[in-house]
Amino acid sequence: MNFDVDFILTTLPAFIAAVGVTLQVGLIAIGTSLCVALINATIAVFKVPVLRSLVRLYVELARNTPLLIQLFFIYFALPSIGIRISGFASAIIAMTFLGGAYLTEILRAGVEAVPKAQIESGLSIGLSRWQLLRHVILPQAGILSLPALFANFVFLLKETTVVSAVAVPEILYTTKNYIALYYKTYEMLAVMTGLCVLLFVPLSLLLRLVERRLQHGQFGS
Amino acid sequence: MSALIELSGFSKRFGDAPVLQDVDLSVREGEVVVILGPSGCGKSTLLRCLNGLESGHAGHYRFAGRELAPNTDWRQVRQQIGMVFQSYHLFPHMSVLDNILLGPVNVQKRPRAKARQQAETLLARVGLLDKRDAFPRQLSGGQQQRIAIVRALCMNPKVMLFDEVTAALDPEMVKEVLEVILDLARSGMTLLIVTHEMAFARAVADRILFMDGGRIVEQAAPETFFSSPQTARAQQFLEKFSYVENMPKRNAS
Amino acid sequence: MASSGLELLWVSAPQLLTGIGRTLGISALAIVFSSVGGVAYGILRNLGIRWVDRVLLVYLEAFRAIPVLVWLYLFFFALPIFLGWSISGFWCAVLVLSLWGISETGEVVRGALLSIPRGQREAGLAIGLGLPGLYGRVLLPQALRRMTPPMINVFTRLIKTSSLAVLIGVVDVIKIGQQIIERTYESVLIYGFLFLFFFFVCYPLSAASRVLERRRSHS
Repeated sequence: MNFDVDFILTTLPAFIAAVGVTLQVGLIAIGTSLCVALINATIAVFKVPVLRSLVRLYVELARNTPLLIQLFFIYFALPSIGIRISGFASAIIAMTFLGGAYLTEILRAGVEAVPKAQIESGLSIGLSRWQLLRHVILPQAGILSLPALFANFVFLLKETTVVSAVAVPEILYTTKNYIALYYKTYEMLAVMTGLCVLLFVPLSLLLRLVERRLQHGQFGS
Repeated sequence: MSALIELSGFSKRFGDAPVLQDVDLSVREGEVVVILGPSGCGKSTLLRCLNGLESGHAGHYRFAGRELAPNTDWRQVRQQIGMVFQSYHLFPHMSVLDNILLGPVNVQKRPRAKARQQAETLLARVGLLDKRDAFPRQLSGGQQQRIAIVRALCMNPKVMLFDEVTAALDPEMVKEVLEVILDLARSGMTLLIVTHEMAFARAVADRILFMDGGRIVEQAAPETFFSSPQTARAQQFLEKFSYVENMPKRNAS
Repeated sequence: MASSGLELLWVSAPQLLTGIGRTLGISALAIVFSSVGGVAYGILRNLGIRWVDRVLLVYLEAFRAIPVLVWLYLFFFALPIFLGWSISGFWCAVLVLSLWGISETGEVVRGALLSIPRGQREAGLAIGLGLPGLYGRVLLPQALRRMTPPMINVFTRLIKTSSLAVLIGVVDVIKIGQQIIERTYESVLIYGFLFLFFFFVCYPLSAASRVLERRRSHS
């Protein structure tokens, strides 16, 4: 078995671009999911009547269905009713749909974990509900949720491989493409594995560090 | 009478810190030895070394004439040494009877009917026969501790070890547990007891062992130890207890 | 011209059922293997033997670092070359999902075992139980209750992830749905059906898991 290192080197630019795409999709999805989650968390805190139930419905639908189906629906089904969305955009929308639901749950748990005493102190110095949210609840909920949030960010980044199914040129798609074109299966699989390890192992270690650090900072948990 | 338990030069480290230092101990059959000492003096560790829950680093340990090295098959030994813990540690997912019978039936492979008879006799002796089908969470701390004692007794051990068994109990339940232990002592069982209950120690012990800093500092009969402790350490220790016992009234002039 | 709407679903039911069988088959097998393997993993990591723990940690990190879809491709493309095995997509999916599932359920079991107070282990040892007895009669029964809700969550994720099998060519419910779409162009209907299919399989499980968790924190 000869390992064609030269070939690998010629493909590197494409792979670097692919990593860029992975990061783009991932980071944008994280950002948009976070926005969705913040809105939902606010709705939950203010207990807005109708929207509250809609948020619950959304969360259940998004968390109990696979990303692949969500993606296929947006990319393949919507065109038949006139909405045509590019692979990249479909990827972002689908991942936001999924990510938003996960992050919503995390923020909701974080908000609930803020001790009641905090809210009562805030109210007794006359804060309005918006001020309470902004200055007391969200900051503390944020810190409490940080490990879980971070874990989900890593999860979303890993899920970007799924969007290869709609021809978004991230790592997996690029690998498959090159295998199909040049039959250099070993080499391409090796590169893909190597890239995944390089990308995700440090993140996983970082996550563990964050978890440990924040657990020491929390009292009573 | 030969010694049931013999420790010579027994030592244990935890990292660099010495936990037990050069402990020499000899316990005869039928003896009741009470171990006293300040927190961290190593008394619990000593007990736990006797049934292999912790192991020593130096010295010798002979039990019933047999030398026990750290790599002994402790399973056999543990059937002959019963241990009762501060937090009783009854198995929450089993009824009282099942808790008691787990050892005799599954470890010692005794027929269940016979073992059950013994279990019920023992339960009656501690006054808890009617609780045999209850679950631990339905019982008070004192009741659970008495059942933990029965659980250990049902293995027919040669020695019973008690590790601060009343320390976690509400004061009004301490009596019922101490009565069980007294009863055991009267029936001639060999007991090693770690406790803070001074009056109880005085009443039940044949011999008092006072430990400090991992060493046995003083050994004496209870009367001698409590009325005239020989070492300064022991005197300081006892003084703390007598202070509480003999506190002057606040407005005494 | 093919029928449309619910009529189409009704007419395609036999094919869809075959697909459902395959999708659920992959999941069910993976769930069974993961449960058994997970308990083994959890116990092995709980024993405190350094080298065993290290090996299992590497295994865990490998499945955490490399996304499942990548593992699917790795196994599907590489196994035939490296080992001369030719493996069907179905069994490849079962294999990969099981291996991933074992690492996930294993961590759940391990966490549950760790949450049992240390005194339980000592009390069990003190009455002379050996390791099989200790785990079988004292530790695992207590761990069972604690680990059920998170286990169910892992199972739900297994079911959702089994959808990726279509990408290595397995003719599962998604593929069959796509075949129907090719004939009838009813993409909204079919993808909608697939969406709801997964929802109605997974939602009861996650709801049950929540109920169990709530019940446990009240008892």
